[in-house]
Amino acid sequence: MMKFISINVLFIVIVAGIVSFFEEEGNTTQPSPAASITRGKKVYEMYCLACHQADGLGVTRLNPPLAKTSFVLGDKKKLIGIVLNGFDELIEIDGDTYSNVMASQDFLKDKEIADVLTYVRNSFGNKASAILPSEVTSVRAARKTN
Amino acid sequence: MIIYFFSLLSILISGGAYNDYTVGNKESKISDSTLKKIVEFDKNAITLPTGFKSSVFYENLGRARHLAVAPNGDVYVKLEKLKDGNGIFRLTDANKDGVAENATGFGNYIGTGMAIKNGFLYASSDDAVYRYKMDNGIATTNAETIVKGLVNKRQHSSKSITLDDAGNIYVNIGAPSNVCQVEDRKNASPGKTPCPILDSAGGIWQFKVDQTDQSYPQGIRYATGLRNVVGLDWNKESNDLYAMQHGRDMLFQSYPQLFNQQEGAVNPAEEMFRLKKSADCGWPYCYFDNGKQKKLMNPEYGGDRNEAGVCPGKTQSIIQFPGHLAPNALLFYTGNMFPAKYKNGAFIAFHGSSNRSPEPQEGYYIVFVPFKNGMPDGNWEIFADGFAGLGKAQGKADYRPTGLAQGPDGALYVSDDQNGTIWKITYSAQ
Repeated sequence: MMKFISINVLFIVIVAGIVSFFEEEGNTTQPSPAASITRGKKVYEMYCLACHQADGLGVTRLNPPLAKTSFVLGDKKKLIGIVLNGFDELIEIDGDTYSNVMASQDFLKDKEIADVLTYVRNSFGNKASAILPSEVTSVRAARKTN
Repeated sequence: MIIYFFSLLSILISGGAYNDYTVGNKESKISDSTLKKIVEFDKNAITLPTGFKSSVFYENLGRARHLAVAPNGDVYVKLEKLKDGNGIFRLTDANKDGVAENATGFGNYIGTGMAIKNGFLYASSDDAVYRYKMDNGIATTNAETIVKGLVNKRQHSSKSITLDDAGNIYVNIGAPSNVCQVEDRKNASPGKTPCPILDSAGGIWQFKVDQTDQSYPQGIRYATGLRNVVGLDWNKESNDLYAMQHGRDMLFQSYPQLFNQQEGAVNPAEEMFRLKKSADCGWPYCYFDNGKQKKLMNPEYGGDRNEAGVCPGKTQSIIQFPGHLAPNALLFYTGNMFPAKYKNGAFIAFHGSSNRSPEPQEGYYIVFVPFKNGMPDGNWEIFADGFAGLGKAQGKADYRPTGLAQGPDGALYVSDDQNGTIWKITYSAQ
């Protein structure tokens, strides 16, 4: 697991950068995520900041960082799933593990989750495509049928 | 280097003004000019009262947790992350200059607990306790498993240990939970009554020091209702167990209608308990409110900052501290090196907060509490400070105090689990 993360983080950052570049190129009709990022910051401050901190770097051995990790920059569905379902798995980054449990935040509206994830994917040195409310809706729907 | 220069500069400029500390709602002021001075002008500078001196005993052990000093002066340190494949290091200072020349590693497991008593070294992983016979004053490396199979679900998984004089070892088993909600840490998720976690965690268990392969059936749940304890010590003067509880998180985030941001940062209190057998300290049902100055029902159990509910019937703490400071070590000082006021008093290493965001973080210091007849006797005061450097408010401390141990000469040793620095603190009258 550790090797997977450490080897792939850089790769994923690069790929995400390329992907987001092409997405922006090919998707000129998509509205600017600026408004979503602004709204997302408010959601982050209320529900995420206590653990992941204002700089998105988390807390050593308690809460993992949100900066430049595959969890944030990788598969959007997985990321949306973490917010909806919470996260209670052993992950190891550079030999350190993170012990706190993340609770499900499924009480947030689809738009709030889209906004906060768009904010996180474009903060703390991250640069990745926006997440739309419709993407959250579909992950939430798939979750209900499971 | 530049950072250290500015760090030093800021300490010098702030002079007497920076030492106003808040204790719950009470304020205790410490005059900088009379009590404190910078004793080391290097990168590991910490501040101490006049007459005390520190030296960096060892560095770069990584996640150095608790430590213990053998009768010959060797310092044993338990690591939470293996270094060169080893989880325990023995540090030797042959020429007694306050700086260890040699480090020898053994024990291929991570953990926190470390103690030495009657010719044995005791160490804990996150689910077991081992001991090693000392031979000619040096620990042998063959581990004997004395306790195994303890709850380890990552959250609050460290097992701290202390021993009494009657052949018992006390092991903290932290609750893998914030406040025993149906869904841990989820907004508005109700608390469980009764809390099933308490059957196997959320307390301190007593085992025999000399029996192998013990687990829950052989142990005694000595104290319950403790969310997580990292600092605990047996007080030889009062012959009782004392423990520092890490209080719950997220009162402001979960209940903004009851706690504003600032109140969430200082609540609940971090509490010290004097524990008799069968003590119940109230977690998860109760918390100590630093504003109301009493134990009240947690909001997850119907609390509204007024409802005391079952809490008056619980074991009450004997001293309280501001919230989230994370007390990671407790040591009753029995040495003769320090001035008389320190004798039998308590040193507490506060690891420092993370759950005060977006308020500034706090802690990262060692506190002293004077004691008389086994009870606190006067206000607490900061004994050693400056570990955090410039990163204190942001929670990005340079060093985080985690372990305390007393040497045979009465010196105090401090460990840091950010970088693995070990300090030796000594005193000489001027």
